[in-house]
Amino acid sequence: MKLLSNTAVLLRKEVHAEFRSHELLTTTSVFMLIVIVLFSFTFDPTSAESRQFGPGLLWLAFLFSASLMLQACFLRERTNDTLSALRLAVNDPFAIFLAKLCANTIFLLVAELVLLFVFAVFYNVSVFPVFPQLVLVFFLGSLGISTTGTALSAVSSQARMREVLLPLLLMPLLVPVLIPSTEATKALLETEPALRWDWLGILVAFDVVFLTALWLFGEYLLEE
Amino acid sequence: MRRNARAPSESCETWCEADAVSERIGRPAGLKFTKIEKRFGSLYALRRLDLEIAPGECVALTGRNGSGKTTLLRVASQLTRPTRGELTFPGLKAGEVPAIGYVSHAIMLYEELTAEENLQLFGRLLGIAEPEKRAAKLLEETSLTVRAKSLVRTFSRGMKQRLAIARALLQDPGLLLLDEPGTGLDTESTAWLTNTVHRLRDEGRTIVMCVHGESALSQLASRAARLDAGALIADTRTGATFQTVFAMGEA
Repeated sequence: MKLLSNTAVLLRKEVHAEFRSHELLTTTSVFMLIVIVLFSFTFDPTSAESRQFGPGLLWLAFLFSASLMLQACFLRERTNDTLSALRLAVNDPFAIFLAKLCANTIFLLVAELVLLFVFAVFYNVSVFPVFPQLVLVFFLGSLGISTTGTALSAVSSQARMREVLLPLLLMPLLVPVLIPSTEATKALLETEPALRWDWLGILVAFDVVFLTALWLFGEYLLEE
Repeated sequence: MRRNARAPSESCETWCEADAVSERIGRPAGLKFTKIEKRFGSLYALRRLDLEIAPGECVALTGRNGSGKTTLLRVASQLTRPTRGELTFPGLKAGEVPAIGYVSHAIMLYEELTAEENLQLFGRLLGIAEPEKRAAKLLEETSLTVRAKSLVRTFSRGMKQRLAIARALLQDPGLLLLDEPGTGLDTESTAWLTNTVHRLRDEGRTIVMCVHGESALSQLASRAARLDAGALIADTRTGATFQTVFAMGEA
């Protein structure tokens, strides 16, 4: 119970701070927008091409912008050593991770859903009929990105080359998230949409494995 | 002449005294470092250090930059795990977790939150029953009530330090670890800090503070110890005088 109450308090703080500063959501959304618009003008894809390559492009844009967001997540705690204050205050350090990955998932999901409509317009793809299914895929994919990214952000924030280390570690590790997310999105954007449970299953398995690993070993990631 | 220093007999050294004050504040835990060693790669920050601090004692730790003072406090606060050795808290019952208030070089506060929000946040995390009331009381004690709703980023160094001390006092800790709390403070803030530490010491809390040289703050200590290259080289408990402990750095 203490874990959940601490997580709720910290999540509230993360959301409150973000709504006051708009740092993460603005950066992430603007970056996604630039990538989507630039690719649209560069390739000028037809509707069929968009359905073929659009999902891959969309998830790459999500991944790159997520790495920007995740970078800041633990770096911000270094400024005034607030991470130490949190570690002294919470019973279970997993609450710190849980709150951060929940906040990151929410911010990422919000940015993704807003940009989904921009994608629909620029790439001439209909997303409304499969919107609830897309939300499910985006949620599972974002959770995978946030879980892995939050853990790696804690590690990279203590390293010497912290600014470049996170993307280098994150990209290869997220291949198992990128492929099923792209394939599941692609199946939903086809002329005959289908929810691919096999790909969703892989996403769920990835999320469960990384969440469990974070719960078991997260404490060590925060140590000096 | 150490006007404010308490004689050892006045300090809360017995368990009975510790029990008496624990009704008001967190039980004043002592600290016992046994052969503590901390390495960062090949660098030794602490070298098989033995140090015992009694419950209720007020200790000034001094030493050059890089002598291991901060590392020792971080080990004491359990933020850093020692490479070797053991840390225990005399004065606590078996299984009891010490309530530790830690003030470090950094303010350990969120600048994008207000003073009130910061204290309430940490109060809630610590499980304090009425975090709003506790935050208001501490803001009053630190003369920050008028700035309660101001963002911490708008605060002066002195105000930030006062708020950092308020955060450390949220759970009324019996053990206070202060890492150079007077750094960067003006005369007025230094006077406030000295009075506050004086009051906290008289309430029977165990206080370990890192200081550079003799000051009004260090004069509050009932004991002084000097670290050098991660080892304890002088301690008033083992016969050194306060003057010797502090003068060693000037040699």
